[in-house]
Amino acid sequence: MFKRAAIVTALSAASLAVAGHALADDYVIDTEGQHAFVQFKINHLGFSYILGQFEDFEGSFHYDPDDLEASSVEMEVQVGSLHTNHAERDRHFLSDDFLSADEYPTATFVSTGFEPKGEDEGVLSGELTLKGETREIEMPVTLMGEGDDPWGNYRAGFEGSTTLTLADYGIDMSDFPEVMHELELYVTFEGVRQ
Amino acid sequence: MWSNTRSGWGLISIALHWLSALVVVGLFALGWWMTDLGYFDAWYNRAPWWHRSIGMLLLFATLLRIVWRLAQPTPQAHGSRLERLAAHFGHIALYVLMLAVLFSGYLISTAKGRGISVFDWFEVPALISGLPDQASVAGAIHWYSALALIVLAVGHTLAALKHHFLDRHDTLVRMLNPARARRR
Repeated sequence: MFKRAAIVTALSAASLAVAGHALADDYVIDTEGQHAFVQFKINHLGFSYILGQFEDFEGSFHYDPDDLEASSVEMEVQVGSLHTNHAERDRHFLSDDFLSADEYPTATFVSTGFEPKGEDEGVLSGELTLKGETREIEMPVTLMGEGDDPWGNYRAGFEGSTTLTLADYGIDMSDFPEVMHELELYVTFEGVRQ
Repeated sequence: MWSNTRSGWGLISIALHWLSALVVVGLFALGWWMTDLGYFDAWYNRAPWWHRSIGMLLLFATLLRIVWRLAQPTPQAHGSRLERLAAHFGHIALYVLMLAVLFSGYLISTAKGRGISVFDWFEVPALISGLPDQASVAGAIHWYSALALIVLAVGHTLAALKHHFLDRHDTLVRMLNPARARRR
């Protein structure tokens, strides 16, 4: 009885040690200090661009420079936090004409793989779920920097962008000019190592 | 023991009074110091985190304190009619300034709709946000009302010392000893 308890204790201590090691490469995206942005850029009738961002989101990632293939990212975005500096336009974007934010309040990204390409660069692939539709996307990403910050934490920061075809996510843009059928998604963030 | 009477303060009022005094002075010093920290200082983020967390706890304690003060008997004031009147308005001003400092501090951090984390235990939600220039206006109110609160608190201290040493009143003693509340 005591022997078994001792073994269980030793095993759980060992598994904790393993988990502790894995944790060393796990980062939480710094939404507290707001060093993280999810932005989009879409053409407006061929005249200019509309830029906007989602203000409320959270996420985490796994990053180990010695095992880049094991990199992963997860993010969850509150669609209703969309902001383009124009309350009525924001409301229109969130309506059933485009994002149906009431029905699909969150958008998520869960990575499925990472392919390193050259120094500090690579292609992240994963499943983007927007308006209830899940599509595999690829996003070229760059490691911008990592190291100790002045406040006692360790940080790593990235940026990446990709082009989304809105029809893939059930957003009907057929009434609008061709140049508006796609948008550019830009993401940059710092993570704080846990 | 716990409750106030017309002759003295109970332990709850005494504890809330001295706790507030300690925290107000501490937060004032912390706020003064932290707003001069450079961006690369190790305390640049940590000091405001303490300031916000303690400030929110003091806000709750102060609301509780005001409820308790209103619900409980207040010990008889000492001194001349003018002194008692000045003391009465002085005390009201202290409460009003405390609420102003605490509430304006809350409005700075929540100006853009984000709540305030209290020691990462729980979050106080942002109830009022997006007012014109909210962070700047609340910041100015926070600073000037804090300054006024400290000045008035110094006056409050001097008045207490005058009652104790010159007038030989038990004003200060009954804020230290809950047994005074028992005497009739």
